[in-house]
Amino acid sequence: MTRTQALGSSGEDLAVDHLVAQGCTILDRNWRCSLGEIDIVARDGRTTVVVEVKTRSGSGYGHPLEAITPVKLARLRRLAAAWCEAHEGVERLRIDAIAVLADREGVTLEHVRQVC
Amino acid sequence: MTVARTLAVALHGVDGTLVEIEADLANGLPAFTIIGLPDTALGEAKDRVRSAASNSGCDLPNRKVTVNLSPASLPKHGSGFDLGIAVAALATTGAVDTAALDGVVHVGELSLDGRLRPVAGVLPSVLAARRAGARMVVVPSGNGPEARLVAGIRVVALGSLREVLIHHGASLEPVPVEAIPVARPDEVPPAEGDLGDVVGHPEAIEALQVAAAGGHHLMMLGPPGAGKTLLASRLPGLLPDLEPDAAVEVASVRSLAGLAVGSSLVTRPPLESPHHSATMASLIGGGSGLLRPGAISRAAHGVLFLDEAPEFSGAVLDALRQPLETGQITIHRARSVARFPARFQLVLAANPCPCGQAESADGHCTCTPMARRRYLGRLSGPLLDRVDLRLTVRRVGVAQMTGGGQGSTTTATARARVARARSRARERWTDIGTGLNSSVPGSVLRSAPWRLAPHDRVALDRALERGALTMRGYDRVLRIAWSIVDLEGADRPTAEHVGHALYLRQGL
Repeated sequence: MTRTQALGSSGEDLAVDHLVAQGCTILDRNWRCSLGEIDIVARDGRTTVVVEVKTRSGSGYGHPLEAITPVKLARLRRLAAAWCEAHEGVERLRIDAIAVLADREGVTLEHVRQVC
Repeated sequence: MTVARTLAVALHGVDGTLVEIEADLANGLPAFTIIGLPDTALGEAKDRVRSAASNSGCDLPNRKVTVNLSPASLPKHGSGFDLGIAVAALATTGAVDTAALDGVVHVGELSLDGRLRPVAGVLPSVLAARRAGARMVVVPSGNGPEARLVAGIRVVALGSLREVLIHHGASLEPVPVEAIPVARPDEVPPAEGDLGDVVGHPEAIEALQVAAAGGHHLMMLGPPGAGKTLLASRLPGLLPDLEPDAAVEVASVRSLAGLAVGSSLVTRPPLESPHHSATMASLIGGGSGLLRPGAISRAAHGVLFLDEAPEFSGAVLDALRQPLETGQITIHRARSVARFPARFQLVLAANPCPCGQAESADGHCTCTPMARRRYLGRLSGPLLDRVDLRLTVRRVGVAQMTGGGQGSTTTATARARVARARSRARERWTDIGTGLNSSVPGSVLRSAPWRLAPHDRVALDRALERGALTMRGYDRVLRIAWSIVDLEGADRPTAEHVGHALYLRQGL
């Protein structure tokens, strides 16, 4: 596992802890299909939430949330639809983004709901 | 606080409208959107604002920032909104107290390092802000002297975005920066030549004074080298200093045209002498998107001199007709309307024919009669009808050159004479609400108590009967007669004054 992969997966672990603390149930992690990968799928009340997690070890290349481009958002929408096809019982769907910034000053986590 | 507001000014011509800049901080992926009909320069503000903010030690929030320029339907141009957008966007994060921004107008462009760049049109912007009742105007240091020409509003000139934020109460460490100066240094106004330089031409010098006293438009016809250009360049020197309101209007137009305004109002009337290749847009004003003032507006309250008038395009010359009547020009484009002042004094100069020798004593005209007719025919009748004084300028003879030496009339004496004449006219026409003979309605001149006695106006009535004068021409001769009377200090025009006026009118 490379350093960035390790950073990414530890960021996802932090995001899962955060979501659980918020009262969500985790339905799926690192779900893959031909279109790509969804980091986390959770259930928040009656809403199914598809979560994209971005982790950075510094803001030298910009804030993690800035790395979520319109192209990535479009792929997330297609992935969310693919997940819904593969699973049953989805009532409402939401796509969230979680930024994990781990630099020398510590770890900060930002959760942005309904990004598209 | 997620919504912050501040003010800016959208200019259309010399008029300005206050624009409210609202910035909203919403939950969402980082984005910076400007809405409310920005043009390209204004749309690019988002990149300037982002860099300038982070280089001023105050990053934009990593959230969705939407900036709305209200009224949203009014098209907005230029980079002068940068500062207001940056301040509003940063105020959404609480870096600046939003209460401190109430009634504050921000004008200025941001450079990427956070310093403020001077912009064009600050003077009319500050005037518009004062008219709309703004509390304070923040401008770049380079525009400070220009903005302070407007009395009655607090002007704060600062060098960088950081200084502006500190001024509004942000807790940042001040970092001294070198302010960006205005791109153009103050131009030394060209010296107005003296009337005493003119050799000979006593009639022309007298006619120039009549034109200056009454605000009459003037046309000079003569062979090349006769001194038409020299005479025309002396006319602004004869005009009195500008009134304060006129001086502000002149400076506003200069500011809109991107010319230096300096730290004090110019009180001498401007002279514009465009080349005859001038296009409609350069003379009248215009352009796509941002409408800019043309030569007629830069010459407002001064003199517009068109040398070689028949060489101008006919359409361009005829476009002068409307501003000559109304004293202002309103330019309409699909998306915007702009008003500029255009109360100028027109001076036309022309040769009598393409070779220039017609009617001169020492040369032979080689033009065919048709060519000669066509040449002056390019000046349309309606335009010439608006020109009060028509003067024939002849070549100076050897006798005048060696005998007379320098002319006896200097600019100083002539200007004093013109000033006296103008004050007489102003006193006389106070009830009519004008100060110049050239703008007195004809009906006033032709009715009591200003109607001339029949024996004084007999020559004029004869000319009208013969068809040599139109009714408009009749009124114009009366106006010239009053200007001659004012110059001489006489009481009322007599037959002699009317005769002189007729000569000046019919000089062609």
